[in-house]
Amino acid sequence: MWYYEKKLQYPVRVSKCDVQMAKFLTEQYGGADGELAAALRYLNQRYTVPDKIIGVLNDIGTEELAHLEMIATMVYKLTKDATPDDLKKAGLGAHYANHDKALYFENAGGVPFTATYFTAKGDPIADLYEDIAAEEKARSTYQWLINMTDDTDLIDSLTFLREREIIHSQRFLECVEILKEERDRKKIF
Amino acid sequence: MKESTAKYYELLHEIQQVDFALVELNLYLNTHPMDQQAIMQFNELVQRSQMLKKNFESMYGTMRNFGESFSPTPWSWSNTPWPWQV
Amino acid sequence: MNTFRKTYKPFIGPFDPCPPMKVKSYETPPQLYMGFQPYNLPQFPNLQTALKHGTLWPALFAPYENPYRKGGA
Repeated sequence: MWYYEKKLQYPVRVSKCDVQMAKFLTEQYGGADGELAAALRYLNQRYTVPDKIIGVLNDIGTEELAHLEMIATMVYKLTKDATPDDLKKAGLGAHYANHDKALYFENAGGVPFTATYFTAKGDPIADLYEDIAAEEKARSTYQWLINMTDDTDLIDSLTFLREREIIHSQRFLECVEILKEERDRKKIF
Repeated sequence: MKESTAKYYELLHEIQQVDFALVELNLYLNTHPMDQQAIMQFNELVQRSQMLKKNFESMYGTMRNFGESFSPTPWSWSNTPWPWQV
Repeated sequence: MNTFRKTYKPFIGPFDPCPPMKVKSYETPPQLYMGFQPYNLPQFPNLQTALKHGTLWPALFAPYENPYRKGGA
């Protein structure tokens, strides 16, 4: 089970009332390489990977939920005081017609989230390679998002999230090395 | 609103710093279970995190649910602000 | 020290409709170079700096700046 703590992993400040950015940020909320897909992918794979790497999948999956909450916070803050007209101008008219200001698991183009965004192959190397690719794709998405804003506070939070993808990728790469069982044999340490 | 005082953000930020290092070390130790120095650092930070949260909760109400924190009277867990509101 | 951004000059065709981007770039962050993280990597001097950078270890930190902004690649 999980416990909740009343704090974000990293402070989220949004200083510019740029409603259109909320639409773009949704890519990391309900998009193919977003935080929801990441969390569900790892938390689902953890049941059937070798024992030695369950902890990595479990904990990175959990951290992704904290990142999902940070993205939600950005979207929430950017839309909470927007009028229907503001939303229309920001390209969120269709979203408003269906959801008002409720967050919805969809990508930046409004395509609803689907389980087909990730897989569980049951082969640990295949699954880890997917995970590494997922981290690199999420890192790229953060870069494209950073490229579309000049809000330095928002960039600060997005840069933090981008760096976390790098760390996760590093850990998954280490998992591959662990499963190869070559390290002890070569006496690297 | 006492929640928006500078002190609130300062204490919260301190917790975020310590807890971030704990996440980072936790992930590292999952693939480096024999690194004694990192384990020592982890345990020291666990202690610091618990102290900081106890202090924070005494001023701003319960921070952790489902029995991870003691409750004052009245029940303060469900009070605002929630993380996405601050 | 490895660089975390690489650049290349793409082919420019004589009939390209838009003004050419003469240089394009992509990122090559530090986890591509590290291998298994060694023990006792130096850490950022304090936890505030670590949180700010999103990692405890400078060796795994990769700055990112919008390459389309002035001064970028």
